[in-house]
Amino acid sequence: MNGKVHGYGGKMTLWERLYLGEIFRGLGITIRHVIRNLLHTGDMPTVQYPEEHRAYSPRFRGRHRLMKREDGTPRCVACMMCSTACPADCIHIVAEEHPDPAIEKAPASFEIDLLRCVYCGLCEEACPCDAIRMDTGIYDLAADSREKFWVDKEFLLNNTTDGTR
Amino acid sequence: MDLVLTTFLKMAFILAVILGLVPVLIWAERKGSAFIQDRTGPNRAGIAGIRLAGLIHPIADVLKLLFKEDVRPAGVHRVMYALAPFLVFFVSLLTYAVIPFGDYLEVGGRRIPLVVADLDVGILYVLAIASLGTYGIVMGGWASNNKYTFLGAVRSTSQMISYEISMGLALMGLLLVSESLRLTDVVAGQGQLLWGFLPRWGVVVQPLGAILFMTAAFAETNRNPFDLPEGESELVSGYHLEYSSMKFALFFMAEYTNLVVASALIATLYFGGWNIPWLSRAVIEARAGVLLPALLAAHVAVCALAAALYLRRASRERGKFGDARDREPGLMAGVCVVAGLAGLAALALRPWEIGPAGASLLATVLQVGAFVGKVVFFCWFFIWVRWTLPRFRYDQLMHLGWKVMLPLALANLVVTAVVAAFV
Repeated sequence: MNGKVHGYGGKMTLWERLYLGEIFRGLGITIRHVIRNLLHTGDMPTVQYPEEHRAYSPRFRGRHRLMKREDGTPRCVACMMCSTACPADCIHIVAEEHPDPAIEKAPASFEIDLLRCVYCGLCEEACPCDAIRMDTGIYDLAADSREKFWVDKEFLLNNTTDGTR
Repeated sequence: MDLVLTTFLKMAFILAVILGLVPVLIWAERKGSAFIQDRTGPNRAGIAGIRLAGLIHPIADVLKLLFKEDVRPAGVHRVMYALAPFLVFFVSLLTYAVIPFGDYLEVGGRRIPLVVADLDVGILYVLAIASLGTYGIVMGGWASNNKYTFLGAVRSTSQMISYEISMGLALMGLLLVSESLRLTDVVAGQGQLLWGFLPRWGVVVQPLGAILFMTAAFAETNRNPFDLPEGESELVSGYHLEYSSMKFALFFMAEYTNLVVASALIATLYFGGWNIPWLSRAVIEARAGVLLPALLAAHVAVCALAAALYLRRASRERGKFGDARDREPGLMAGVCVVAGLAGLAALALRPWEIGPAGASLLATVLQVGAFVGKVVFFCWFFIWVRWTLPRFRYDQLMHLGWKVMLPLALANLVVTAVVAAFV
């Protein structure tokens, strides 16, 4: 290091050390930004959040949803793979017998604690029958009590814009 | 009795202008900084959907500050702690007494000078009051019993002492040119023309002095790049750290009234005060029959343009928000149309047949308008500089004050004195 300061350009020229010229150059730069933004307010990169939403990638992991069969019952077979894979232990399933003998089990209750969830997506990957997905794109989670973040089967089944996709 | 009444009216006018400017300046600071940094800035707060591009935000701020708890930390010096914000605000308003904001107003044959107190020693008064401003900061910083506020106060004092010298010396150069300490004389002298075409403004005859004075004014108002007393990166928020509620608001307002004072001083001393270049009072009064209709026509044209722009926005953004905010462009277009129609109505009153009393009033209004315009420009200049330059380091601040500005101010004074003695 030997006491040398490494920075832009090194030594300043006399013109730069006189400050004033450079100050007015800086003022010119900032006023250009002001005028451009005044004339083209719509071109600013700001997203007016509650009204506008940024478009996310389809791979974005948002709030979970449960998929349905053609008859409207959950696709889930209560195999517990997702709750086993979950690193945050936030999926709670109670299994019951499915009325259709061809299907072994169905969830009596399927609850997720959204406050514990780390949105890692391991449940999606663990699921053998594509019953749980995180593709809703919903990321603005807000509620006024902790209990409202504990979501149940009904909530998860209806947790998308068109429900069955 | 008349004197008392007119003085009170003048004081009320000045107070109304300054206190009206403060929220506008806070808005300009927020919106200007946003536009400089490619952000949109405040645009949410509104009354029934009318947001005026964020101008409602200062009202919301004031309401919030009024209803906040006034916290007094343990260990403060009660009297001084309470007194400091009032002192800062009071002192920042005092300077205004000597600043002429217009030539004179003619009412019923009597000429009322548009300055509250036309002191013989106006400039000395300004310097004396300007140095008082630091007392409030020091009191607040010391009485808060907090090391950060204390450091802020110490910085403020040393900065004030360092820059007041160059400020005074720069002013002395101007005094040699204007040959008077009375501010009305200084302004009136700037109404003449130099070599027949150049306005004899302070900045023209004392360019170096103007730069030095403006730099010192930035330091005296504790504005960036000299805002070390606040220095939020080192001192949290400096001398007003322990203040809350309206006491903090007073400090905050004092910052902006100081800004207006500094701008008014710069405009008065170096940029002609209420003088309009090449348009002296005699010219305005002689040509009032042409000027007034032209001004009214310009007003109508501006209103029409604004109304057209708002209407375009109203049609483009129809139903954009789905609430009361959608009505705003249409309403604003309506306001512009009404203002334009008022201008047209005034045009229909045959303004080209204006009498001598009206011509005198027009000249006064134009000159006061020119002064306010200059003040607003310099206020914007302060804001503009703040969001352009980084803050000085403390040793750089002292270096600039003592080793650069002081010798330059001395040299400026000597050269001016020699020129003034032999020319």
